[in-house]
Amino acid sequence: MPPLKLKKGSTSHSAYNLRPTFSDVQERHTLAVLVDNEVGVLARVIGLFSGRGYNIESLTVAEVDHEGHTSRITVVTTGTPQVIEQIKAQLGRIVPVHDVHDLTVEGQVVERELALFKVQGTGDKRIEALRLAEIFRANVVDSTLDSFVFEITGDVGKIDAFADLMRPIGLVEMGRTGVAALSRGARA
Amino acid sequence: MTKNMGGRQLTGAQMVVKALKDQGVDAVFGYPGGAVLPIYDEIFQQNEIRHFLVRHEQAAVHAAEGYARSTGKVGVALVTSGPGATNAVTGLTDALMDSIPILVISGQVPTFMIGSDAFQEADTVGITRPCTKHNWLVKDTAALSGVLHEAFHVARSGRPGPVLVDIPKDVQFASAEYLPPTKVSTSHYRPKLQGDPAEIERLVALMEGAERPVFYTGGGVINSGPEASRLLRGLVEATGFPITSTLMGLGAYPASGDKWLGMLGMHGTYEANMAMHGCDLLINVGARFDDRITGRIDAFSPNSRKVHIDIDASSINKVIKADVPILGDVAHVLEDALALWKARGSRTNAGKLGTWRKRVQEWRAVRCLDFKQEGAVIKPQYAVSRLEALTKDRDRYICTEVGQHQMWAAQYMGFEAPNRWMTSGGLGTMGYGQPASMGVQVAHPESLVINVAGEASWLMNMQEMGTMVQYRLPVKQFILNNERLGMVRQWQELLHGERYSQSWSEALPDFVKLAEAFGAKGIRCQDPADLDDAIVEMLDHDGPVIFDCLVEKHENCFPMIPSGKAHNEMLMTNARMQGAINATGAVLV
Repeated sequence: MPPLKLKKGSTSHSAYNLRPTFSDVQERHTLAVLVDNEVGVLARVIGLFSGRGYNIESLTVAEVDHEGHTSRITVVTTGTPQVIEQIKAQLGRIVPVHDVHDLTVEGQVVERELALFKVQGTGDKRIEALRLAEIFRANVVDSTLDSFVFEITGDVGKIDAFADLMRPIGLVEMGRTGVAALSRGARA
Repeated sequence: MTKNMGGRQLTGAQMVVKALKDQGVDAVFGYPGGAVLPIYDEIFQQNEIRHFLVRHEQAAVHAAEGYARSTGKVGVALVTSGPGATNAVTGLTDALMDSIPILVISGQVPTFMIGSDAFQEADTVGITRPCTKHNWLVKDTAALSGVLHEAFHVARSGRPGPVLVDIPKDVQFASAEYLPPTKVSTSHYRPKLQGDPAEIERLVALMEGAERPVFYTGGGVINSGPEASRLLRGLVEATGFPITSTLMGLGAYPASGDKWLGMLGMHGTYEANMAMHGCDLLINVGARFDDRITGRIDAFSPNSRKVHIDIDASSINKVIKADVPILGDVAHVLEDALALWKARGSRTNAGKLGTWRKRVQEWRAVRCLDFKQEGAVIKPQYAVSRLEALTKDRDRYICTEVGQHQMWAAQYMGFEAPNRWMTSGGLGTMGYGQPASMGVQVAHPESLVINVAGEASWLMNMQEMGTMVQYRLPVKQFILNNERLGMVRQWQELLHGERYSQSWSEALPDFVKLAEAFGAKGIRCQDPADLDDAIVEMLDHDGPVIFDCLVEKHENCFPMIPSGKAHNEMLMTNARMQGAINATGAVLV
């Protein structure tokens, strides 16, 4: 029997090319996961994503009902439709998970992220930074003679665009919260 | 701690014992250590719960699994902190993969020392989070009884699984009010049992029209309880459809039933795999399209409509797209389907079904499991067949380790009832069978319990012979000894140019002397002519036996679907093995 000719690091020989071909289209979904705010619940959710090889683009979590001790985890993920369905089903079977909402399929979504930008510069650059901040409705929350910290909220695209503009002007540091999201309309 | 609200004040350690009693637990498998001493002190002061001292914590968990599988009840293991808990990880993972309801209670360093790298401290809930269905670290004695009852609820509800409760030592000493199970409101965790009536109606309609149907059943039928097996048999009788099962589901439909095709999958029968490949209606009842079953996915059962009954939503559409997904408990769904079948006065497509049965009969006629016992060396298939013949009429439970012997046991032994067959399927844990057989014998002291083993797997937990002798558990360890890691050797022959890297056990113990050293009985058999007498001698002995059956060393397990191949590309003998697996298949396990 001749030895196997497997190229090192070859992905064409990966076991996963025998996976079912449901659909190759990558979709981006925003999921809202309502959980009991108990010790380790976030680790369970994150561990599920890492353990099963799913993507996390953004993740936010905070207790939203202090009396009922429930938290809302908003997670933005990408995958094929079949993977997205798997993620929802896998999340749904975690014991402290009450509900999994796929906001992307449930209708229109409001998505917002908050970001802080530190921009260094003097003279024209400083003036240009303020002008752009005004256009993007970013607020100055800290200032020195040669720097600003801007606060901006918006969807991910807006914040990315603001970052792209600020980078040549003197963006030196950025902090982002990740996405919080709700469905549009009256229904909860 | 908390105020007395009129309930009974108990220490945490007393609560553990009380909660176990209130949950109907009569046996616990465990190993003491510093962080569980208060619980062991309570166990010492009572007689209702029997404690079995294992020799290694992994064995405690497998024993609890064996107990759970053979009774349908939650199995319980008790281990100490640190190494006690980490040794439990393999058993927990095994139980998670095979959906076995067990509770592991672990001691933990006192709450005020958690995080300080204390002696025998480990982040037990962190380590076991991915290998339990759920786990809890209880930091307040007042919460302990509620958590323990909830743990039982989670372990046995929905798709069953392992749970772990980690209890710091100070929580075991402190007192609080004990709440009985009736006073504890279990969580929102209530998986749906009833299937969608519309989907069940689609299933019945498909069954009425099916030309080439097959039932493909799995461990979910066993886990759903004996009623599920009864209903499954009812539906098979009502429809006359052929039925196959995964390794996990053996016994749900009786092997002596005339619709039985044998096990399917990588080492399944020719008729089962060909039926799966050729069917036009595939009814999956509580199985999960595991890769051992499907083989190459894009060639799996290519022309069938697929119905999938499962209590776990994440199993549906995970691997194979279901045309009719039915989310619910197997017994509930089968009951509704059978009732609807009868209510509609359903008839099968008799003409087409007759043709299909003839084809199945032709596949059966291939007699894929036939072998010839010739010469002076015992063939492993022959050994298992004789064991089957000499024990099949007895009140019998069979466990296995993992490897060739496991497949031969599945192929050559017939299971007539559920909960009689304990084997590590999903995780494939060598060393599972011996402790599992111990747990089965504890649950069924009057029954015959046999662990069909390979010598390599068996050695992985051989220390448990001590436990069996101590508690006079008369388990029969039936070892097919080929002095090889047989399945590894088979794959090396198939895939790696017959380079038998590290698959040869060079310095095996004398198993007869080993048995005697433990205070058990040892029997060796190497002549086919002596085999029946030797097996009878084993069965007649009232105590644990190690049966060292020296078998043909280079026997391969067939039929076999090579990795990356379809169901209709089975290998039946050695002759066609060379080059059977291509490079793509070789990366699969």
